[in-house]
Amino acid sequence: MKRHSVLRVVAKLFLPYILLFALYVQFHGDFGPGGGFQAGVIFAAAFILYALIFGLRTAHKVASADLLRILMAAGLLLYASVGIVTMLKGGAYLDYNFLRHDPVHGQHLGILLVELGVGVTVAAVMVTIFFGFADRKNR
Amino acid sequence: MTFVIDILLLAMLAATAITITRLRSLFAAAMLTGVYSFLSACWMTALDAVDVAFTEAAVGAGISTVIMLAALALTTREEKRPKHSRILPLFVVCATGAVLIYGTLDMPRFGDPAAPVHQTVAPRYLQSYEETHIPNVVTSVLASFRGYDTLGETAVVFTAGIGVMLLLVRSKRLKQDRKSKNNESEEPAQDNPKKKDPKNHIAENCIL
Repeated sequence: MKRHSVLRVVAKLFLPYILLFALYVQFHGDFGPGGGFQAGVIFAAAFILYALIFGLRTAHKVASADLLRILMAAGLLLYASVGIVTMLKGGAYLDYNFLRHDPVHGQHLGILLVELGVGVTVAAVMVTIFFGFADRKNR
Repeated sequence: MTFVIDILLLAMLAATAITITRLRSLFAAAMLTGVYSFLSACWMTALDAVDVAFTEAAVGAGISTVIMLAALALTTREEKRPKHSRILPLFVVCATGAVLIYGTLDMPRFGDPAAPVHQTVAPRYLQSYEETHIPNVVTSVLASFRGYDTLGETAVVFTAGIGVMLLLVRSKRLKQDRKSKNNESEEPAQDNPKKKDPKNHIAENCIL
């Protein structure tokens, strides 16, 4: 798609807004519709658009397979470790009330961290799956 | 008014589904599954399930269509004609559908406040604002009350990613091993594709 200048320009114009919207969905999930899963998918969609327009090699430079692999595991680990922290603080597994002195603040922090973990894992997995298919074609 | 919209959306859904089954072109079918997901998202919005609609639009209409097209690039664009007759599959589908519709006859009316679902934990969830101070009930249920389930879901997504990586992504080390093996034994060039073929076939069959 290197010759399609209209596509390239429009994609460049849209990409930052798609990424920003993904972040909005991620961190605004407490108040409106959305959350980690949707945000991860939108983030991955922006990345896939980038890969489709500017080529797989350029996309691999931005996010290498190793980085994606680490992020995949890191999201799930973040989620699971929130539960461990609540246990160390004297609560049950994933009982966010114990994260802070005030239970309501604890709930806020816990949900934020957990949703972040979901978002990171989902985004990394979706991009990995796309690369898995697209890279095969190029070989 | 909402009744008309519901009927219209469901009719469009049915029309899309029937078109997909009748199409031979896999490219068009993949695009139409995206349309199907988008229509599903529309009627989920009509049912006030905004979070589910959002997910359906992002995952069903967005990502899975792209991944389906990426998979299509690895295979043909036309479906082969089936060798067996279509009457038995049609009968199975119709029978299953009839049983499912029969099952819904016992269900309480949509949105009925006296329904059993709304009697047990739902009231507590809906009053969760005092406990969590989070306006979106869906988020507080998903991430806090049902934190274990969401942890499991994330693990499922992670496992899916690992599965695709194992099947499709060939690591650099494996490639180097293969190269060094080929150099050591100095096999003729014709043997290389044969050696690779079986593994590729297994991986592709698993996915497709």
